[in-house]
Amino acid sequence: MSIAEHPSHQESKPDNYLTHTRGFKSWVLTLDHKRIGLMYMIFVLFAFLIGGSFAVLLRTSLWTPNHWMFPSDPAHDAQAKLFYNNMFSLHGAVMVFMFIIPAIPAILGNFMLPIMLGAKDVAFPRLNLMSLYIYFLGATFFLWVLLGGILRTAFNIHLPFGYGLDTGWTFYTPFSTSKAEDGMVAGVTGAFILGFSSILTGVNFVTSIHTLRPKGMTWFRMPLFLWAIYATSIIQILATPVLAITLLLLLAERLLHVGIFDSSLGGDPVLFQHFFWFYSHPAVYIMILPGMGVISEVISVHSRKHIFGYNFIALSSVALALLGFLVWGHHLFVAGQSNLADSIFSLLTFSVAIPSAVKVFNWLGTLYRSSIRFTPAMLFAMGFILLFTVGGLTGLFLGALAVDVPLHDTYFVIAHFHYVMVGSMLFAFLAGMYHWFPKMFGKMVNANWGRAAAIMLFIGFNTTFFPQFVMGAHGSPRRWATYPAEFQPYHQISTVGAYMMAISLITVALNWISALLWGKPAPANPWGGNTLEWHCASPPPHDNFPTPPVVDDPYNMNNWEYDKSIDGWVKRDIPGGSQAGAAPDRTRPVTH
Amino acid sequence: MNAMLNILADANWGGFWMPPQGSQVAQDTDWLFFFVYWVSVFFFLLILVLLVGFAWKYRYREGQPVLDAPKHNTALELTWTFIPTLIVIVIFYYGFKGYLKMAVPPPDSYEVDVTAHMWDYTFAYPNGQISDDTNLHIPVNTPVVFVLTSTDVLHGFYMPIFRIKKDVVPGRYNKIWVQATMEGTFDIFCTQYCGQDHSSMRRKVIVESRAKFVEWVNNLGGGKLPPAARGKYLWNTRGCSSCHSTDGSATGKAPTWKDLFMSQVQTMDGMHVADENYIHEVISHPNIHPIAGFQPIMPPTEGLINDKDISDIIAYLKTISKDYHPAALPASGPSK
Repeated sequence: MSIAEHPSHQESKPDNYLTHTRGFKSWVLTLDHKRIGLMYMIFVLFAFLIGGSFAVLLRTSLWTPNHWMFPSDPAHDAQAKLFYNNMFSLHGAVMVFMFIIPAIPAILGNFMLPIMLGAKDVAFPRLNLMSLYIYFLGATFFLWVLLGGILRTAFNIHLPFGYGLDTGWTFYTPFSTSKAEDGMVAGVTGAFILGFSSILTGVNFVTSIHTLRPKGMTWFRMPLFLWAIYATSIIQILATPVLAITLLLLLAERLLHVGIFDSSLGGDPVLFQHFFWFYSHPAVYIMILPGMGVISEVISVHSRKHIFGYNFIALSSVALALLGFLVWGHHLFVAGQSNLADSIFSLLTFSVAIPSAVKVFNWLGTLYRSSIRFTPAMLFAMGFILLFTVGGLTGLFLGALAVDVPLHDTYFVIAHFHYVMVGSMLFAFLAGMYHWFPKMFGKMVNANWGRAAAIMLFIGFNTTFFPQFVMGAHGSPRRWATYPAEFQPYHQISTVGAYMMAISLITVALNWISALLWGKPAPANPWGGNTLEWHCASPPPHDNFPTPPVVDDPYNMNNWEYDKSIDGWVKRDIPGGSQAGAAPDRTRPVTH
Repeated sequence: MNAMLNILADANWGGFWMPPQGSQVAQDTDWLFFFVYWVSVFFFLLILVLLVGFAWKYRYREGQPVLDAPKHNTALELTWTFIPTLIVIVIFYYGFKGYLKMAVPPPDSYEVDVTAHMWDYTFAYPNGQISDDTNLHIPVNTPVVFVLTSTDVLHGFYMPIFRIKKDVVPGRYNKIWVQATMEGTFDIFCTQYCGQDHSSMRRKVIVESRAKFVEWVNNLGGGKLPPAARGKYLWNTRGCSSCHSTDGSATGKAPTWKDLFMSQVQTMDGMHVADENYIHEVISHPNIHPIAGFQPIMPPTEGLINDKDISDIIAYLKTISKDYHPAALPASGPSK
């Protein structure tokens, strides 16, 4: 790695990670965690665009009970249903495996974790680059299915293992291994490969947190975002291999007809569900825990107050990670597992509610007697708290056995997990992006457009998913290409909401693009946070810190003062204080 | 909006949240649903009020001094750990109790075998007969246990009005029971994604008085009909009619039965004469002689159609086939 301790080759602009080296090769072969995070961002946001387009298409198709987008004669009926079944399967698979799981750890985690540790990079930079390439490789399998579908539909060209993924993202057997379209093979292979990207990222983060913490950063002085990432990484390392094994068994059954899950080959379909959810339930916490970490940072910094109940929040992340391993059976409440198993899993499921509730109350406690700035990041974080509350409370219905029986596999479940996965995780991701955008790109985002997008997305989200609770309670099953007319009003409200969400997210994208092009230069510390990333320049230099910083309480923001001339916060010099403020000079001209 | 108002006025739709209560468990389940609902409403409003209240009260204003506030408060934090714990234990207990009630059928329950396949159900009754109108019929105020299995992939068996649901799993027999408390016709939905026509896998459950049900179930199977008429009844009720026409029209899925008997049939393995033995063979071993121009998609008939049924179908085919010319009985006996 080159040495950049004295970025003196440019006078007017100090060297940063974007300008440090130039050229295509300097990006594709980079070992810099910040560049890797940025490349992840491009891929992951592209996957989000694709998965989101599928969502808009399937909501559009549900405008009428009988797929109005296709001619209404019976000959087109099969085609229309196959189209819908592919749309919901690809929407789920792309969103889960390529957006929700990697979004916060791979983008914000990769970018911020080493800086928050005061380190130059993650523990294994080469492994980090490799995980990006593995992600890319896994993603190409899904692109293959997509391309195969387009080629087959438009030109009747059949790509091998490239036509149709109509299994749902859950790949339930024996349908997936005996009846589904052959794109299932490519999809499963893609998910298998993507899993390794996730495992390697987890290994890297756990090692980094154990070995790279700077002087003074004890475990209980770590930023809560790092606690959340740590808990997430543990799950990624322990649970993802189970998914990998399961997917391999699935391929063995599909391609070699080895009977494992298909009862006609001597297997057991319910066994697949146990294997699958042993990974996929903990995976729900892979998706939501990093979001909770982001919210802890954003709430504290933008209300300019020390986080309330640090230990409870930190330990509740660990509790969620551990308890998350013990509740997978609640996905099988109506699958025919024993009544005893159902009862135990129901009890364990309720245990998850406690640490979730604790976090919400602690965030509210942080707001008490604070000084709240309604930045876009803060609005997204407040949206998160409300939507996560709804998502969590509706989980109580589904954990209660007798009530779960009618609600299982209906739209009630769809609404519940979208409140957690979109309402919570997506809002947390956007809060984090608005929070750290100035750090990542050195540009300020227009706050008014950001606020407008946050409010529109909140309204659009509730319009989309709240009617689905009602529809589900009335019995509408999930994954229906067509439906009885009595559900139409609910579907139509939901579809209108989906378009509102699409418009809000386009607003966010334009908001970011215009910031990149025309945004005001960002100060080193635009919000006045005290975690280490705010101690280095925006954007950070290649090596993050010239000397290893020493840290104190990450949520004690009293040493920072607002400076109007740079529209940012600068550290007051305290005699005998830490060196942590040793950021490049341009950020602190006034206090000296 | 109009459609919405219609729904709200529709008795079959039920309340804002739940459909009408049609079974012995519905009342308990709904009670717990609304208990959780009001707990949720309370906590949501609490959090909403605190969030909006704090956001307003502690919003940043120029020149505002920094307020003093605690970094943590162990007593408070323990309180908001314990109160939710108590509440969820209560919810668990009632959910568990209600579930056991659904899971354990009374010993003298009436039994209906439900066999699911892509994309339909077969309902078989203790007298060995299966429902002949694709609907499930059950008597009111009688415990009925459903023995569920599938011949292909996973399916679901869900009747919202009864608040019961179970997956239908190949290679397993899952059971669930119900005691219907209200006569009428209600929905059966498949809740486990099962491929292309998953969303069309909807049937009705018809709850009727015991007397009406007994009469219906005793008439099943067309046992009192003469052979040819019973053959036609089987065509209509065993799923044959969904692919085979009897009037010569083309369905695109399978050859018509019109004029089939004793005709020459071109199959992938040669010509066959559609005589009694041929008909028996192709019904009891579907797709054994794939027919040119059609996909081999006929489902297995084992357990669904027995030899007596096949004989009756042959009798029916004879009445609609021009190649079958039974000799008229000679006017007088053979000459000696």
